[in-house]
Amino acid sequence: MSKGPKEAGMTLIVKTITRLTVGLILLYGIYIVTHGHLTPGGGFAGGVIIALSFIHLTLAFGKEVALKKLSKEGTSILDSLGALIFLAIAILGFTGGYFFLNFINKGVPFRLLSAGIIPLCNIAIALKVGAGLFAIFMGLVFLKILDKDKK
Amino acid sequence: MLELYLLLGFMIVGAIIALEAKDMVSSVIAVGAVGLGTSIAFLILKAPDLAITQLTVEILMLIILIRATLRRDLPFSTSGRWLLNTVITVLFLGVFLAVAYFAIKDLPRFGSPIMRVAKIYIAEGLKSTGATNLVSSVILDFRAYDTLGEATVLFTAAIGVIAVMRRIGRKTEDEKVKADDE
Amino acid sequence: MIYFLCMVLFAIGLYGVLRKRNLVKIILGLVIIEYATHLLFILIGYRMNGRAPILAEGEVIANIVDPLPQALVLTAIVISLGVTALVVSLAIRIYDRYRTFDITKIRRLRG
Repeated sequence: MSKGPKEAGMTLIVKTITRLTVGLILLYGIYIVTHGHLTPGGGFAGGVIIALSFIHLTLAFGKEVALKKLSKEGTSILDSLGALIFLAIAILGFTGGYFFLNFINKGVPFRLLSAGIIPLCNIAIALKVGAGLFAIFMGLVFLKILDKDKK
Repeated sequence: MLELYLLLGFMIVGAIIALEAKDMVSSVIAVGAVGLGTSIAFLILKAPDLAITQLTVEILMLIILIRATLRRDLPFSTSGRWLLNTVITVLFLGVFLAVAYFAIKDLPRFGSPIMRVAKIYIAEGLKSTGATNLVSSVILDFRAYDTLGEATVLFTAAIGVIAVMRRIGRKTEDEKVKADDE
Repeated sequence: MIYFLCMVLFAIGLYGVLRKRNLVKIILGLVIIEYATHLLFILIGYRMNGRAPILAEGEVIANIVDPLPQALVLTAIVISLGVTALVVSLAIRIYDRYRTFDITKIRRLRG
């Protein structure tokens, strides 16, 4: 939680630990998303973890640093991109017959590149959930800074 | 199933503490304990997907709830018809629990689900979708419409939060907070 | 019996929604109700001595728990987070407007 615009962010210890761990959290989220069709996890959990890594950055460094990594426009673009990818995959199912047809080759089970459209859908859902939750969090946090300005 | 009973008892105690604590931050933390207990219960009930999702969602929900309660007072007033209201509420809850006691006899017994629909998913899941995680194959292949609706609801919630919290276009009461906030 | 404990948890959340005056306590009651509902779904889908619905390589798994309620609850958890965020933002707005979380005082100040 930032202490106002002047001294943004927490203490040096928190900042150092954050700098070391935030990449690992993001990487873990990406792993959860891409292995969603083989192991527990999937788009929802991975999307929330990705959003939490950016929220971690926001809490430790203040909103300016986090917005430099992922701006407001970037968040809205990613959110829309997730929805559009999901809908495009769904509509491309019409090439074979019906909505949400699994039209890609299934591949060998228990491999990373298998299961047709499910990994792509997982990535789309993760983009959607992560960007949406980050937008919700930023919407809630900005007002807090305004409250302090008012007092 | 002893551990499940212990966990449910823990969650009930946590819920009572969360509702009755005087301090708002401690009640929020008690709700966090209830949520983490739910996560462990999902793990015992063999639902690892839900355990991961519940854990991460719980962390985010704690951040949001603490943001709502930070530096705000807790008005504690017991004016008015305190006794009457409590008696009526407890009576209503007693009726509710009695109805629930008779209603849950119609549910399938614990440990033996019906699985009329899920039989097809389990039998054909690997062959027709290629995904080894059956939950993933259900939510993204057999029942992808649910996921589409869920994405819509989440999008609506995000738009709602931003529309409620933004300052642009609201009525004046504080003009000095200008357009850079949204 | 274990269904009934879940119902007790639901009833505690309902008590919070009905009886409390603080808006934050009402939100916490809603959150507890959501947890109880998710847990009831998963309890109904559990099979005794079952295994998680994840297939393993070179192994035939016979006794799988019901994957359908898990899929439904998986979407419901994320939706509950969105709903909670929306309610919290409304509560913060009410606090800014009236400087209190007490719903009886809010009603008095209306107009």
